[in-house]
Amino acid sequence: MPKYKVVHYINQFYAGIGGEEKADYKPEIRDGAVGPGTAFASAFGDEAEIIKTIVCGDSYFNENLSEATKTLVDMVRGLDADVFIAGPAFNAGRYGVACATICSAVSDELGIPVLTGMFPENPGAEMFLDRLYIIETGANAAGMRNAVPKMAALALKLASGAPIGASIEEGYLPGGARVNFFEKERGSKRAVDMLLKKMAGKPFVTEYPMPDFDRVPPNPAVADISKATVALVTSGGIVPKGNPDRIESSSASKYGEYDITGVLDLTAETYETAHGGYDPIYANQDADRVLPVDVLREFEKEGKIGKLYNKFYTTVGNGTSTKSSKLFAQEFSKKLKENNVQAVILTST
Amino acid sequence: MVKEIERAGIPVVHICTVTPISMTVGANRIVPAVAIPHPLGNPSLSIEDERLLRRKILNTALNALSTEVEGQTIFEVT
Repeated sequence: MPKYKVVHYINQFYAGIGGEEKADYKPEIRDGAVGPGTAFASAFGDEAEIIKTIVCGDSYFNENLSEATKTLVDMVRGLDADVFIAGPAFNAGRYGVACATICSAVSDELGIPVLTGMFPENPGAEMFLDRLYIIETGANAAGMRNAVPKMAALALKLASGAPIGASIEEGYLPGGARVNFFEKERGSKRAVDMLLKKMAGKPFVTEYPMPDFDRVPPNPAVADISKATVALVTSGGIVPKGNPDRIESSSASKYGEYDITGVLDLTAETYETAHGGYDPIYANQDADRVLPVDVLREFEKEGKIGKLYNKFYTTVGNGTSTKSSKLFAQEFSKKLKENNVQAVILTST
Repeated sequence: MVKEIERAGIPVVHICTVTPISMTVGANRIVPAVAIPHPLGNPSLSIEDERLLRRKILNTALNALSTEVEGQTIFEVT
């Protein structure tokens, strides 16, 4: 039996090209399996073969979304692949968005079955889970060993056209699609069983999870911004030089509050970034590129804003859980509110 | 973070490069930025032009904060 042909997409890091300093690496195609592809190759055994690996830098992809997608789809076109795999991306945000975007495009434009893998909090997952099979993985590369067998098994099923089971059986993130089937027990019995478990404090699985629409309606516009106190917040990790509170470069467990009274300009001598998820060279040269204190001081002087609030709040948005980010923001928003801050500019890298 | 600030009752504008992520997260006022490692700058420009670019983005941000929106809105920098 001929082997199924697999095309695999990975980023510059997993291709061994480099880290953040190489994140602007342009799309490239290589023969055979590269990096995590070798683990897939051994999981496939004789059933499938990675014929080509496509590599692209995470920043290049995200900053040139439509152009990069087109280039990558063109690379896959004509390879006669039976299945396309991207990642796994774990909790790497840009990589996850790249994997999911390219999978979606390959599926739509070339009609090839596609598959990726990532951590449920990865923004790529939320953006695409109603359209793609995304195998649930751990938050970092330590989850590779668990992810590869699941992804390989589902990839083989997709390549062969075999029916795909429910998310809980195959290990992909539920996308909301429903399939009719007959349960052994009738509904009333299942409901009572569930209730008894709940009353006994035992774990139970609902058959109809409530959708989680966590949307916050927009606040009314600022009536007169020229009189308003405006605060700066960033997930780009800008901190006073030396990172006095030691905010972690990824998976931050805290945020910083720093006084900028009298600070007119952030310089290479006074501020830097603690963020480990993007090339820090530009922010370290001039942190105003991420936290624009200099221009907001000009605006203050020109009367375009009332004043710049004398403290800024900062954390590292790199693999940091949504739960932590939520807690950070709840805490400092309370302080902002108490200090009559009327508007916030939040910058992200 | 952007949602919690909004929830606290403070209008907030999110300046970021990958706007689809901001849409997914649930920001209501969004301004596209320059690039991931330098959202409000461009090291290939002269210092003066870079400052003007930053002013342009922040003017758009102030405009976004001063504009009523009904749902998620991206304010292009012009």
